[in-house]
Amino acid sequence: MGPIGEDQFFFLMQGLKWTVLLAIVGFIGGGIFGILIALLRTSKNKVARTITAGYIGVFQGTPLLMQLFVVYYGVALLGIDVNAWIAVAVAFTLHASAFLGEIWRGSIEAVPKGQTEAANALGLHYVSRMKDVILPQALKISLPATIGFLVQLTKGTSLAAIVGFIELTRAGQIISNQTYRPLLVFGIVGAIYFIICWPLSHAGSRLEKRMAKAAR
Amino acid sequence: MLNSAKDQSPLISLEDVQKWYGTFHALKSISLSVRKGEKIVLCGPSGSGKSTLIRCINALETIEEGKIVVEGHVLDGSTKSIDAVRREVGMVFQSFNLFPHITVLQNCTLAPMRVRGVSHADAERLARKYLERVRILDQADKYPAQLSGGQQQRVAIARALCMEPKVMLFDEPTSALDPEMVKEVLDTMIGLARDGMTMICVTHEMGFARQVADRVIFMDSGEIVEEAEPEVFFKSPEHQRTKTFLGEILAHH
Repeated sequence: MGPIGEDQFFFLMQGLKWTVLLAIVGFIGGGIFGILIALLRTSKNKVARTITAGYIGVFQGTPLLMQLFVVYYGVALLGIDVNAWIAVAVAFTLHASAFLGEIWRGSIEAVPKGQTEAANALGLHYVSRMKDVILPQALKISLPATIGFLVQLTKGTSLAAIVGFIELTRAGQIISNQTYRPLLVFGIVGAIYFIICWPLSHAGSRLEKRMAKAAR
Repeated sequence: MLNSAKDQSPLISLEDVQKWYGTFHALKSISLSVRKGEKIVLCGPSGSGKSTLIRCINALETIEEGKIVVEGHVLDGSTKSIDAVRREVGMVFQSFNLFPHITVLQNCTLAPMRVRGVSHADAERLARKYLERVRILDQADKYPAQLSGGQQQRVAIARALCMEPKVMLFDEPTSALDPEMVKEVLDTMIGLARDGMTMICVTHEMGFARQVADRVIFMDSGEIVEEAEPEVFFKSPEHQRTKTFLGEILAHH
């Protein structure tokens, strides 16, 4: 058994950096495309609704691991040489956009119909109706589920290890193989995930309470 | 005279309007014309189509047949015609439908800024003017949920007025209110009527109908059964269905 010293810890922190970056990229990319998916999913256009329903269905119905494989090797098959980082970021963006799109679709539909009617009666057009009236209310409704998904996504980044990406879990595995102290190493890794995810959940529930108060 | 001739032409006209929900015939050959400044009260049992009727006027509902013209704009289903009509028509809903995430003042400034391109400062001036008029200016910075039902409905009236509409539609504006709050809303509506606003009100407030209506229209099963001045309507209704309805309504008052 080897010791767990500064070098090992530094290596884990390197992994943590990628884990956090990956979660952020997945969330931002997924957020931007997710809004688009949610808006198309709730639009009047039947073709747009059907296509986005299919998109959501595919990404919710297959494992994230598989999605990572398909994007990673699929992009290579197209003859485009991308590094693991880009491929993984794309895969997470696609994955997150499907889930967030579906969460936000539900929230948009949960805003009372009277809100749309009042906006229509005032002559507000689609963009203003969504931006000023519906989406702010939908966001509030979606907050618990959105943050819940962000926590899932953060933990899900560990799957990027499968395509050779050295994020926190993979870094832990390497250290564990070096030191033969898997329990200690993965204990530390687990604690790090918890330190990121728990405040996130906590902040979410606090934000939710504060917004509920503001609306009262 | 030109002026009086213009006054005679209807502000709103419905010709032979038909609407179905699936196989349910919601509006049966409705024809109605409303002159500028006229106050119409629409009443009838629930499910008689009165709400549906006024919701067709600002295109919240589509119609299958017939023609609706508002201030010269024919509603033909195009975005352009719908926009034109909604610019002229304000609406107040039974459940207020204020935007809960923004303040009372912002509720009133949103549409003038977004639809009519009014500057922020002018929109606020306009909002304050109409909030003052419904006597609720002191609550301008609160959120809708912090107000009572009656106050919320008055804000909803101010919000609609901020678009400076030519017609106001009221869809059972007092039905969701506690009894002690009905009066403040009715008083606001009476004030509006006195100032010459053209109004179509779906309501069961027969006192209000007596006081301000030029015509009371009774609807049942999607058709206009009877239409008369309030005096005539309440004293000597022609149709049996009207009599039955009035008997039920007035028994509660």
